[in-house]
Amino acid sequence: MPIIFREPGLTQGPLRELEQLQRRMDRFFQGTFSPEGSPWQVGVYPLVNLSEDRDHIYVRAELPGVRAEDLEITIQDLSLILRGERKIASEEKQVNYQRRERESGFFRRVLALPSRVHPDKVEATFKDGVLTIKLAKPEEVKPRKIKVKVA
Amino acid sequence: MTEKELQVKAKAEAPAKGERVRPGRVFLPAVDIFETPEALVLVADMPGVPADKVTVDLRDNQLIISGEVGPPLSQGETMVGQEYYTGDYIREFHLGSLIDQGKIEALMKDGVLRLVLAKVERAKPRKIKVKTA
Repeated sequence: MPIIFREPGLTQGPLRELEQLQRRMDRFFQGTFSPEGSPWQVGVYPLVNLSEDRDHIYVRAELPGVRAEDLEITIQDLSLILRGERKIASEEKQVNYQRRERESGFFRRVLALPSRVHPDKVEATFKDGVLTIKLAKPEEVKPRKIKVKVA
Repeated sequence: MTEKELQVKAKAEAPAKGERVRPGRVFLPAVDIFETPEALVLVADMPGVPADKVTVDLRDNQLIISGEVGPPLSQGETMVGQEYYTGDYIREFHLGSLIDQGKIEALMKDGVLRLVLAKVERAKPRKIKVKTA
């Protein structure tokens, strides 16, 4: 699972516009996220949950059956790009399918991060089909206690 | 290789059945079921379920697969944006063919359960001789 860092604005090729559009859409939808209510359906695979604690931002996605080597995570400026492919091995011989609900295919999702992150402090783990990306918050966005001076 | 883009599919919630003791939502896992001459194979997506939290229950022709997930967030985390819910999985099947109870293989990997249920060898056709008294 390679984690790639790119300088802002280096994306080339026909995907660039698409990426920009998706980024704009993501920013637009960001305000619609609700922590408690019904999940907002963005409609781009994979769906992600975003959470935070004092020092980190966590991005989680359910990707059952995706192999870690088929996942690529890129951080570029304020965007986190998740790209990969879900492969379902075709069964040997002629088999008789009774039900086929699982799907294969590629995916690509661009997420707008709420703040800049430390590029060298990103951890990605993939366990039981759930991807967790842990991003360290930079010092300036961490909550800080301000002492009130007595004059 | 398929050049298809994956579409978002909302997780289907399992219909309520009886009283549940564990709080939280319950979903129906997406499954593939296919038959080979020797076995019935069931593949189910249950992301977030570790191998030791999977239960496979086969009684007569009724098969119930279920899986428990851990808490969605670790200590001290707060949800900022939620697009999907997490919860346990349960799904019930009625099997058409007879299954050999002693030959069931279950493998859990990357949130996908693969069950291989060997079929019972069918009683071989026999000719019955009628004796003359």
